[in-house]
Parts: sequence; structure tokens; C-alpha cells
Amino acid sequence: MDYGIFREFADSWGLVYMFVIWLGVLIMLFLPGSKSKAIDAAGIPLRDETIVPEDKNNE
Amino acid sequence: MRNITSTIVVGFGTFATLLLAAFAQDSAFRIHMLIIAMSLGIATIILLRMVNFTPAIKDDPNEYMDGPIRVGSILTMMWGVIGFTQGVIIASQLAWPEFMWEPWFSFGRMRPLHTSAVVFAFGGTALITTSMYVVQRTCRARLFGGGLAWFVMWGYQLFILLAATGYLLGITQSREYAEPEWYTDIWLTIVWVAYLVLFMGTLIKRKEPHIYVANWFYLAFIVTIAMLHIVNNLAMPVSFLGSKSYSLFAGVQDALTQWWYGHNAVGFFLTAGFLGMMYYFLPKQAERPVYSYRLSIIHFWSLIFLYIWAGPHHLHYTALPDWAQTLGMAFSIMLWMPSWGGMINGLMTLSGAWDKMRTDPIIRMMVLAVAFYGMSTFEGPVMAIKAVNGLSHYTDWTIGHVHSGALGWVGMITFGALYYMVPRLWNRGGLYSIRMVNWHFWLATLGIVIYASVMWVSGITQGLMWREYDSQGFLVYSFAESVAAMKPYYILRMIGGLLYLTGGCVMAYNIWMTILGRKRNERPIPGSIPANAQPAE
Repeated sequence: MDYGIFREFADSWGLVYMFVIWLGVLIMLFLPGSKSKAIDAAGIPLRDETIVPEDKNNE
Repeated sequence: MRNITSTIVVGFGTFATLLLAAFAQDSAFRIHMLIIAMSLGIATIILLRMVNFTPAIKDDPNEYMDGPIRVGSILTMMWGVIGFTQGVIIASQLAWPEFMWEPWFSFGRMRPLHTSAVVFAFGGTALITTSMYVVQRTCRARLFGGGLAWFVMWGYQLFILLAATGYLLGITQSREYAEPEWYTDIWLTIVWVAYLVLFMGTLIKRKEPHIYVANWFYLAFIVTIAMLHIVNNLAMPVSFLGSKSYSLFAGVQDALTQWWYGHNAVGFFLTAGFLGMMYYFLPKQAERPVYSYRLSIIHFWSLIFLYIWAGPHHLHYTALPDWAQTLGMAFSIMLWMPSWGGMINGLMTLSGAWDKMRTDPIIRMMVLAVAFYGMSTFEGPVMAIKAVNGLSHYTDWTIGHVHSGALGWVGMITFGALYYMVPRLWNRGGLYSIRMVNWHFWLATLGIVIYASVMWVSGITQGLMWREYDSQGFLVYSFAESVAAMKPYYILRMIGGLLYLTGGCVMAYNIWMTILGRKRNERPIPGSIPANAQPAE
């Protein structure tokens, strides 16, 4: 294990790995139906004043 | 029974550090251990007075844990004022070098004290505090791990105490933003792992199915800082009871590790963490969701994948291989895209509510923060271009750039978050005074504008003077001449800092009065109350 091996791994598989994740995120974001999910998620901070009471059946 | 375990642990720690002080190899280590022993001793006495043998009250899982957040808000405010004061002091020292007592308060020791006070004490406490606030509310879950949050908050403060006193005593490993020696680093690692467990634990027990984007930014900040801190501080102590250690790396490898750390401390501490703040507090204060949630996710992934490569731009024209310098430059320029995407996302959140800029000084503060985020992340890549860097590097331009990011972006978004959180944490109807927020806004803005523009002028002057050759190939100016030319700018810079500090003091007073539950008798900001508002019948 020397610098050369690390370097070769980083600028081949390492780069591909990160790029694929990034592309995957992009694709996921533009799949049909993701817009309404995103709008829903954007509302999370605006409805958080209290913790939802826990379901009594689970206790 | 309450507080029994923590009292025993802290008491034991007091004894252990006393032993370490007794067997210390050098006086600096001994003083440091005595400082820890003293602070732990005081903590033990306070805890002993709080020990309670009545049955422990079970924490209500349906209530947010806000105790550590209240403490953290006050500490953030306190560290802010202290850090800005140190900034004004060292700015004065540059203009009048014999301003303070040497050697403890010389510029060389005060400068890391200032950077660490604002970055780690003010910024770090703000990040820990707000992350605890945001993660609970966006996950709708109480903080994980019972008293763990208290350990993280106070453990981090102990780290700050060790770092700060260490600089004044001359204990340093001479790494930018990573000056504390090995034992302080180990302590921070322990606290940081606890912080990660606290944050992840809360995320795992969340009741909101989706993890809101602010939490992603906070998580990236916590994970990356852990990695950076450990790798950059790999060092071998000379003695296990002494304060000196040597880095595991040597030469240019050491320099690159340091700036990989240093730049990502800016990227993940001062950017990603505070973006988490922006994505929560800006929508809350504006009372509308973020402009584009999908853009915020692209912002996140692009930012974290690109930032990590930008560090080599701190080492242009050095022994670092040329390809690595070019790599750092290229990735810095690519960072324009996510940075500006994020800025547009933040600003456009206000679309349809721009009138709030006029009526709500807190919103104005947050918008200015986002604008400065955009401006300093535009300036940064420009300075990372090798040709520009040849002029700007080692000059005051760099200092100006850092401060437009730190005062403008980090400071302003934190002030906005504090103004938002404090009345809610103490259940006050609102702030003591909105008009004082307005004063704070203008004092701080004026201070930043003076600071940044003065540093541009002095930095470019310096850069040009340093590389002015005559027809024979000799340097035209000696270094001392360029120093003398800086004097008026350094005095002006001190005035800019003083304005910013005054703003910070106005905030401290305002927030303190808010905590006491006072309300200032003042005219409302024009337009903040709808003209046609009718009293309820």
C-alpha cells in the first residue's frame, strides 16, 4: 500500500463512486412524483411546534 | 436519585487531573491540568449542591429537551462578544504593536485566541445549540440519550477553555485552526463522538418519516469534522504527561493535510453547518417553505462532494505538486455552482414576502447573511485562481475575504437564529426590542462593509508593493515599507470591528432583557402591523 495505489484508486473508482451517487440523487429528484414529495418535505419546519403525541396502543 | 452518576464522574475527574498535574513533565502541562482540575472541582461543588435523593422524574418523551439549548444560546452570545472583543484588540495591536502585555497577550498568541474564539467558541457553540434545536423539531423527537446533550454542551466548553488558556500559555502545535495539543484533541474527539451519537440517535428515533435537509447539512458537518480533526491531529506526544507532540506527517504532506483540514473546516464547519441553520431558521422566520426543496438537495450533495477537494488552493506556488494545485483551483471554481444555487434558494424563499425585508429586521439580517454567503463564495473561487492568488496570497485581501464570510455570513445567520430561538426557548411573547435588532443590523453591516473594503484596498496595495520590480530586476519596496503603508487601513479596520462589536453588545443586552422577560416600550417598525388591523370584538 503506497501513495500510488491510493491515488490510482481515488481517481478511478473513487471518482466513479461519488459521481454515480451524485447522478443517482439527481435522477431520484426528477422522477415523476418526486415534486409533491419535495413540497411536502419543505413544509416540515412549518408544522413542528409540538411532538406528535405517541400512539397509546404501542405502550 | 438525580445527578449522582455525573457528580461521581466529575469528582473522580477532578482527582485524576490533580494526579496528572502532580506528575507533569513540563510546567505548561501542569498549569493546564490544574485548570481542568479547578473547573471540574467547581463543577463538582455545583453538582453536589444539586444532588437530589427524591425519585428521579422521568423525562416526558413528548417534550423537547431545551435545557442545553438555553445554556448554549447564552454561551453563544457570550463567546460572540468575547471573540469580537479579541478581534478589536488584535486589530489595534497591528496598528499599535505595543497595545497589550507581552508575552501572554502578544499578537502571536492573541491571534489564534481570536480565531478559535470566533470559529470554535462562538461558531461551534452556535452550531451545537442550533443543531439540537433543529433536529428535535424537524424530527419531532426528544434528544436521544438522556443527559448526553449536557455532556456534549459542557464537554465542548471544556475544550474551548483548554484551547484558549493553552494559546496564552504558549501551548500550540502551530497548525492553523488546529492549534490545541494532543490531549486537548483527544478530549474533543470524545466530545465529538458523543455529539455524533446524540445527533444520529435523535435522527433514528424520529417520528417524521423524511429527514429534513437542514439535518443533512448538520450531519455532514459533524461527520466531516470528526474525520478532519482526527487525521489532521495524528501526532506522537513526546511524553504522555507533557504538552508537546510531533505531527505524524512531514514536509509538504504535513502542509497538505493541514490545508485539507483547514479549508474543510471552513467548508464544513463555517458553511455546511450554518447552511443547516439557514434551511431551518430562514423558512421559520419568513413563515414560508424553502423556495425549492429539490434545489436544496442538489445544493447539499454537490457542495459536500466538491468542497473536500478545494484545500490545495491554500498552497499555490509551493512545494505541492502542480497537478494538486490545479485540482484545488478547478474544484474551487466548480463550487460556484452549488454555492450560488444555495444562495438563490435562500433568497427566493422570500419571493412573495419581500415586504418583510422592510418590516422585520431579523429577516433582513438573515437575507444579508445569505447575500454575504453568495458574495464570499464568489470571491473565494476567484482568489483560488492561481494568477489571482499570486497577487492575493499572504496579503490582507485573504483576511478581508475570511471576514466577509465570517462576519457577514456566519455571524449574521447566527444572530438571526438567536433572535428567533431565544423568545421561544424562554416562552417570551417576543424580543425585548425589535428596534434594537435594527440597530444591531446597521452597526454590524456598516462594520462589515468598512472592514471588507479596507482590507481589499490594503491587500491589493500589499500584493502590488511586494512584487514591484524596477528595470534592473530589483524589488522597489522593502517589506517594512509595505508595513508602514498599511497603518491607516489597520486603524480603519479596527473601527469596522468596533462597530461590529458594538452591534454584538446591543444584541447581548437585548437578548438578556428578553430572557428576563422585559419588554421595551417602543414604537413598532412602520408597516409591521397591518394598517387595517381591527381589535378583536
